[in-house]
Amino acid sequence: MTKAPVRIKTLTIDGREVGAREDQTILDVARENHIFIPTLCDLPGLTAVGACRLCLVEVRGVNRLLPACVTAVAEGMEVSVSSERIDRYRRSILELLFAERNHVCSVCVTNGHCDLQSLALKLGMTHVHFPYQYPRLPVDASHERFVVDHNRCILCTRCVRVCDEIEGAHTWDVMSRGVDCRVITDLAEPWGKSESCTGCGKCVQVCPTGALSEKGKSVAEMSKRRQFLPYLTLMREARR
Amino acid sequence: MPRQTIVIDPVTRIEGHSKISIHLDEEGNVEEAYFHVTQFRGFEKFCEGRPFSEMPSLMARICGICPVSHLIASAKACDAILAVRIPPNAVRLRRILNLAQILQSHALSFFYLSSPDLLLGMDSDPAKRNIFGVMESHPGVARDGIRLRQFGQQIIERLAGKRIHPSWVVPGGVNEPLGAAHRDRILEELPEAVGIAQRTLDWFKVEMEKFREEIRSFANFPTMFMGLAGADGALDHYDGKLRFVNAAGQIVADGIEPADYAAHIAEMAHPWTYLKTSFYKPLGYPEGIYRVGPLARLNICDTVDTPLAAQEWAEFRELDRGPALSSFYFHYARLIELLYALEKMGQLLNAPDVLDTHVRARASANNSEGVGVSEAPRGTLIHHYKVDRDGLITWANLIIATGHNNAAMNRGVLQVARHFIHGNKLNEGLLNRVEAVIRAFDPCLSCSTHADGRLALEVELLSHDGEVLDRCLTP
Ligand code: SF4
Ligand code: SF4
Ligand code: FES
Repeated sequence: MTKAPVRIKTLTIDGREVGAREDQTILDVARENHIFIPTLCDLPGLTAVGACRLCLVEVRGVNRLLPACVTAVAEGMEVSVSSERIDRYRRSILELLFAERNHVCSVCVTNGHCDLQSLALKLGMTHVHFPYQYPRLPVDASHERFVVDHNRCILCTRCVRVCDEIEGAHTWDVMSRGVDCRVITDLAEPWGKSESCTGCGKCVQVCPTGALSEKGKSVAEMSKRRQFLPYLTLMREARR
Repeated sequence: MPRQTIVIDPVTRIEGHSKISIHLDEEGNVEEAYFHVTQFRGFEKFCEGRPFSEMPSLMARICGICPVSHLIASAKACDAILAVRIPPNAVRLRRILNLAQILQSHALSFFYLSSPDLLLGMDSDPAKRNIFGVMESHPGVARDGIRLRQFGQQIIERLAGKRIHPSWVVPGGVNEPLGAAHRDRILEELPEAVGIAQRTLDWFKVEMEKFREEIRSFANFPTMFMGLAGADGALDHYDGKLRFVNAAGQIVADGIEPADYAAHIAEMAHPWTYLKTSFYKPLGYPEGIYRVGPLARLNICDTVDTPLAAQEWAEFRELDRGPALSSFYFHYARLIELLYALEKMGQLLNAPDVLDTHVRARASANNSEGVGVSEAPRGTLIHHYKVDRDGLITWANLIIATGHNNAAMNRGVLQVARHFIHGNKLNEGLLNRVEAVIRAFDPCLSCSTHADGRLALEVELLSHDGEVLDRCLTP
């Protein structure tokens, strides 16, 4: 069987003409060309799910904003990655994430190493204009080495995907809807009781926030090591 | 005597103001005086369910003035939960940090907050009675104060990085060793600071003569004193056993393991304040009132193990036959501790192992409970936590210096009020002295330092049936 030849598309991003393979997303192309699009749920090496909506971009001729991480390129597409409207939307999304759970950066294990926090800084989010929900959420520290703090979870599902797609354990999943939505281990059992968890810690490393951390880390001590992911994906592809 | 209920009207609870109410009896004599504390709500509550490893930094947020002290007491409580003996150099580095905090806090208290009263007079123009006024009239003193405080802050920064809320102290030790360059810089600058501390003590001892009335009326009453006593009963701010000394200077209880504090200290809630009042349990309240802080520490210890401070301490102990009782001497004690802190830091920094990189012990929650005690600038700090099997906090109790001193502070205010109030009016002189009494205790309240260093205070005079006769605010 011969592989079908890869077709090349040309499009513009913020007026810049760029070329892309047809199987690429707007985000892929933007990254290749060092054009910044903020993301939270996307992580190279994992399937894109379009959960956080931070990567919203404008495409000429399309009324609604499109998530760059799951939108395939098309010939002649005119994309804007930043505008007054997009910036406002992105800031609102961030504000909603902060308002939804309990984020107290100054006493958080990932303070200074957090994707959510640094995006808020980068996108100039100065206030949260929505009422804080202050939900009462648990911390599960039953695992011998890791902790999940639902107060800091943004439901990006990176943990779910890395566990399923890379480790192959599928310990993590998502339960319930709306404000009750939570990530769970096995069938919503304490993490420490999970039979499927291999204890590899990949979920902890890919989690963008302080929701997943190594036990015993003190405030601001939890920085994440993510180098393993592109490496693992590369090695696996090479073997196929 | 009709007892009246005091209603704290939330509208009058002006942000950052502490409130004092003075109650008259039917004859119009001062009957009671209360210091209301509206801060500190719920810290014990909102750490419930959090991993204990977050506690030091979380607790450091209690106070922006002495975060380091909370860090240390908290980390010690966490060490107890880990059930480890932390590396000796971690102890050394934490000790240095704690002393640097005491240095900078004492410098703030003495030079910025109290020296205006002392140098310009309690009844001088309030608009000028601040560090800027001192800068004009006694520029040398002001400069010394600024320099000492800065020196303390720089040490904290060199050890722990960020200035206000460092997260360097962690359960099990500290998270970075000390670098040679930092040690050398601190040691280089140390002699200058020692010189400042010495000359400040010299002029203060002379000035003190002018304050006989204050010494007599400033919360000068018999109470017990409590503090940590280190090995051989030496002055110690980091480790040791708790000791109680009575007003005659006799040791009432000694060698109390920090973990057993609850057998000796009881706490009582009052309706007028969020701050619980502590007292010595065996004697009950009010007989068991005690004071903590610099004065207490110098009153309870048997010896001081640095040469210059030891001499000053010996002289201090000559003041009264027993312990020094007037809270006015808090200032004096603070200066002696300043000198001690500098000398002690020198000793610790010159230790051969101070650069040792083994500074953290690792373990998980092996104990379900931990108590940490340390001496903060304002006195003994007790942190007591309980955790579940996963290391999540289920219960916490904190006793802070201002809680230990609470009863004594009320008594101090009462004493001043009796001395100065005649009739239905509050006057500026009273306000100044009440402020100064509170200031002498240097209560650890967020309001105790406003921009210009004046205490934001509201004083209310109430008749026996609760009618507000007069009210005034510090300008
Ligand atoms: S997870 Fe990130 S944004 Fe949330 S509290 Fe922690 S540091 Fe702040
Ligand atoms: S735990 Fe972390 S990785 Fe998982 S969904 Fe929440 S924020 Fe994302
Ligand atoms: S990165 Fe595209 S939706 Fe999250």
